[in-house]
Amino acid sequence: MSNVPVNNFRRRFLTAATAVVGGAGVVGAAVPFIASWNPSSRAKAAGAPVEVNVSKIQPGQLIRAEWRGKPVYVVRRTESTVNELAAHDDKLRDPNSETAQQPQYATNPYRSIKPEFLVALGVCTHLGCAPTHHGGDFEQFVEGVPNGFFCPCHGSKFDMAGRVFQGVPAPLNLVVPEHSFLNDDTLLIGVGQGDA
Amino acid sequence: MLATLIKLSTDLMGWVDKRLPVTDTWNKHVGQYPAPKNFNFWYFFGGLAMLVLVNQIVTGIWLTMNYEPSGEGAFASIEYIMRDVDYGWLLRYMHSTGASAFFVVVYMHMMRGLLYGSYQKPRELLWIFGMLIFLVLMAEAFMGYLLPWGNMSFWGAQVIISLFGAIPIIGDDLTLWIRGDYVISGATLNRFFALHVIAMPLVLVVLVFLHILALHEVGSNNPDGVNIKKPKGSVAPEEISKFKFHKQYSDKYDIVDAIPFHPYYSVKDIMGVVFFLFFFCWVMFFAPEGGGYFIEAPNFEPANGLKTPEHIAPVWYFGPFYTILRVVPDKLLGAVAMFGAIVMLFLLPWFDRGTVKSVRYRSKWHLVNLMQFAVCFIVLGALGTMPATPIANYIGIVASFGYFGFFVALWFYSKNENTKPVPERVTH
Repeated sequence: MSNVPVNNFRRRFLTAATAVVGGAGVVGAAVPFIASWNPSSRAKAAGAPVEVNVSKIQPGQLIRAEWRGKPVYVVRRTESTVNELAAHDDKLRDPNSETAQQPQYATNPYRSIKPEFLVALGVCTHLGCAPTHHGGDFEQFVEGVPNGFFCPCHGSKFDMAGRVFQGVPAPLNLVVPEHSFLNDDTLLIGVGQGDA
Repeated sequence: MLATLIKLSTDLMGWVDKRLPVTDTWNKHVGQYPAPKNFNFWYFFGGLAMLVLVNQIVTGIWLTMNYEPSGEGAFASIEYIMRDVDYGWLLRYMHSTGASAFFVVVYMHMMRGLLYGSYQKPRELLWIFGMLIFLVLMAEAFMGYLLPWGNMSFWGAQVIISLFGAIPIIGDDLTLWIRGDYVISGATLNRFFALHVIAMPLVLVVLVFLHILALHEVGSNNPDGVNIKKPKGSVAPEEISKFKFHKQYSDKYDIVDAIPFHPYYSVKDIMGVVFFLFFFCWVMFFAPEGGGYFIEAPNFEPANGLKTPEHIAPVWYFGPFYTILRVVPDKLLGAVAMFGAIVMLFLLPWFDRGTVKSVRYRSKWHLVNLMQFAVCFIVLGALGTMPATPIANYIGIVASFGYFGFFVALWFYSKNENTKPVPERVTH
């Protein structure tokens, strides 16, 4: 035992320094535990964004893409279809897309980035059936609306912006997934406009 | 022969006690713990909560022996437990009925605290430990409900996890992190399983331990809200309880109107347990689905991300908080209100500025306020299990104001409350 006088400052400094180093170690050790909760590589691969070439879609045509196990409808709307959208707001549940069934950049009268292209999940918001596209013969379901989607399971009806009509079982508009355009011809489903 | 045996066991206990304070701990917390002699019906529920906790742990361990925590196998393994494992149906129904019973007894236990001011100084920390137990219990129940991987499991979890998405900026990344996938999937199921069977139960048991330790430090409250531990020397010797209490209590205080927890309350609790098990077993054997409130109908089909149940309702015990969430038209504010409802309970000891504990000696206003709170809580709970119609929404808003109003009103009137004289000693 030496009889050197106690240096309190040195003791406090060493205690504090040990605590800081130990604290840094705890933070470092926490990283793998927290990061392991992120989606695994397998989950990421299965949920990767999907590219769709839209240049070959004819006006009025619908194609189906698959993203995260769900069907995504991509429709090239004709100019007249786009113009018709505003004509039946009074028959819709949520004409102004106030419920967040679409990203911010698609919260507009067309529910899309470009008025021409509708991108929406082909999953009825009632019980998840696939609504069918009726181009030109939709008037049998809703008078005065020539184009739309009709769900064969329980009769839910949606217009060409995926907005749900009143008086059907589906409560909400069709979901517009995050999407963006890489260029004029290529649509990327799963990555939002401005996120890429 | 008998004398030898007794001597042997006394010697053995002596040997152990020199190395571990077993007898002393038993006396301090059980055999010589001074419990007020006027406990009533409301004092059954703490012990019952412990009984249910043990039931959940034991049946839970047995369920994991046949349960398969994976998106592919979970639902089928529950069917396997129900149909092929000997007494598997019983173990599962003990567990699922136990979950609902847990909330019944915990809500009653909390109501007791409200009635008799058991959260007031000096029992604030005791109350906070209790609230933490309640919070962990809700997390435990929520995660457990995902495990059968039925369709309501899936969509219920979908709704609750997406609540975190309401948090600005980090919301979406946070929900992704919680799910571990872009949708609720086997990854989510597996982590919920790990948390449900290991992490949360450990935390729960530690919190219960602390809850009881804190209780025994400050002493049990009672229906009169009168302290049974008087300052040393303030009580005439013939008034002091004749029972032998642990010296940690009797050295510091003159103890009146108390009886040792064991055997007096341990025996009384047996009666409560018998009554409780009577109801519990009736539900378990004759109505294990609880009329669709304990196990909901859509949970009899497997989780399906493409098929939303017509009416997504939480299990009944989340009803009050779910309704508060739902009546607020904004997603973020709704989530804030829901969590705020629980935060209010945490802060109750500070909302109540009164010094009279029991509702028996407080003002009429307090009784009215407490009753309207209880009614609002039950109404909110009932609404939470029903579809959101406009009329239900309107009632829900009124009941939500009642819920939050309880705390606000309490803060105002409790400062200068017109209370009745509190007796020196317990009355019943």
